[in-house]
Amino acid sequence: MKSETKNIILKTENLSIGYTSKKDNIVVASNINVALEKGKLIGLIGANGIGKSTLLRTLTKVQSPLKGAIYINDTELKDFSSVDLAKALSLVLTEPVAAKNLSVLELVALGRQPYTNWIGNLSKADIEITERAISQVNINHLKHKKCFELSDGQLQNVMIARALAQDTDLIILDEPTTHLDMYHKAYILKLLQELAKDTGKTILFSSHEIDLAIQLCDALIVMTENEVVTDEPCNLITKGTFEKLFPKDLIAFDEATGSFRVKK
Amino acid sequence: MSNQNTYRTAFGWLILALIICFLLNISLGSVSIPLKDIFNSLIGKNVEQESWQFIIQNYRLPKALTAIIVGSGLGISGLLMQTLFRNPLAGPFVLGISSGASLGVALVILGSGVIGGVLASAFQSKWGIVLAASLGSFLVLLAVLIVSIKVRDTMAILIIGLMFASITAAIVSVLSYFGSAEQLQQYIFWGFGSLGNLSWDELFILLLMYGIGIFLGIISIKSLNTLLLGENYAKSLGVNIKKSRFIIIITTSLLAGSITAFTGPIAFIGLAIPHITRQIFNTSNHRILLPAVFLSGAIVMLLCDSVSQLPNSDYTLPINAITALVGAPVVIWLLVRKRKMVF
Repeated sequence: MKSETKNIILKTENLSIGYTSKKDNIVVASNINVALEKGKLIGLIGANGIGKSTLLRTLTKVQSPLKGAIYINDTELKDFSSVDLAKALSLVLTEPVAAKNLSVLELVALGRQPYTNWIGNLSKADIEITERAISQVNINHLKHKKCFELSDGQLQNVMIARALAQDTDLIILDEPTTHLDMYHKAYILKLLQELAKDTGKTILFSSHEIDLAIQLCDALIVMTENEVVTDEPCNLITKGTFEKLFPKDLIAFDEATGSFRVKK
Repeated sequence: MSNQNTYRTAFGWLILALIICFLLNISLGSVSIPLKDIFNSLIGKNVEQESWQFIIQNYRLPKALTAIIVGSGLGISGLLMQTLFRNPLAGPFVLGISSGASLGVALVILGSGVIGGVLASAFQSKWGIVLAASLGSFLVLLAVLIVSIKVRDTMAILIIGLMFASITAAIVSVLSYFGSAEQLQQYIFWGFGSLGNLSWDELFILLLMYGIGIFLGIISIKSLNTLLLGENYAKSLGVNIKKSRFIIIITTSLLAGSITAFTGPIAFIGLAIPHITRQIFNTSNHRILLPAVFLSGAIVMLLCDSVSQLPNSDYTLPINAITALVGAPVVIWLLVRKRKMVF
């Protein structure tokens, strides 16, 4: 992995994440060394409260790291201006869109904001990229619908199209499969896998769908109590990393099927 | 992109309606003046009676222009607030801007006994009231701004604005309890609102503040559109949230503050106009909404003022009551028919 440094989109070096309070620093996780390659789908998994959100918030410059550094395309994250960062990194968040009266087309086109002029005029190229993003996630038929008319699954597709329209090397999604049924969970993650392959973008998402992530991701970042491990899913299974994910009293990882089973 | 054409047609109709309402507004009043003479007076030709010319140029024309400024200015500040707070019930008044103005005016009119004779009479002039109202709305806004820097949650700011409104309302009640009947009447008359009291000099000052506000509103269009996604998304799209929010709040205070200072608190226009406009245009794009709110705000205000004139009579109803009578049912109708106020 390390030999191909050219293809690394995002890299962390001895990163410590957490919060600064008045008295001292509260470290959530430390010694994080991950490198995300171009065109890969990477899942971030871990138990509730282990610090997945904190890690994503730190990687997206919402909060600053306690120690260590983050590089996007070999530039340190703290040196990015907000507009430059918007051209390098796009987000899909868990929060609902505020204005439900936006049409799908309008919402996806808002992804072009970092590139447009002072009044937000869409150029021909902007419209083309917007249309392309819409067809990449197969929502052409929804184009003129209003957001309040969409189901949760459709809305998630629209938000992914918006991130695509932002045309960044890296897309980060915070729990894109929450509130979705089993089919749409698989659909969204499969879509992300295809997008990473077809567009060459690096896609990082956090999720609780461990079995789906094992099947679909090129690499996984696993956050456990003591360490943060990154590797390909099959290597992680052989290493037994998933056993350390949860307390052992209730569920156990089944290596054969790649999923968790309730203990009898 | 077939929407573009519908928008163009709608804009055409609105501009036509604005011109008609403007002429209608000027032609109505306690003195009836033939339409021909109104035209002549507007384009500077001679009019049959000298007094008609005087009435139109020094009374009706400034009043109609004030109505346009008030309707469009309050409408636009309401639109800005609704987007900034992502709350369909937000308006310039929710932020406490008008309560601040009321407090300033109440202190001048009702508190003159407390301030002391000489100083009070200096403040009692019309300019004193305008100054006090501007100062009051600016101070409340400053307080809201300081809080907004510390509290990042927009919902909290909205609630704080409401709390400021309650505090100022309470102080006003205490002051009116101790005020004399004469002072009370003067304060209540200011509270009715009036479009007709502005001289050309005053109108010029109002127009200047309004112009700055509209300019700031136009340069905020892009960030307003991004804010439709929510603050976190806006931030991820490279928008400087703190700066944009500051500009938007300043814009609202300039528009709503100066308008309230000169014409008194005018209810419901800021809240209702953006919703009415969204019914016509069915979009959230501020590049369409901003000019559309300008037009419909001006039209509604001109109509309200025409109604308050009570055609062919000497009576003028308080404009504040008319706007509330028009605005409140609209908001209720929207809620009942649409079930929710999407924006």
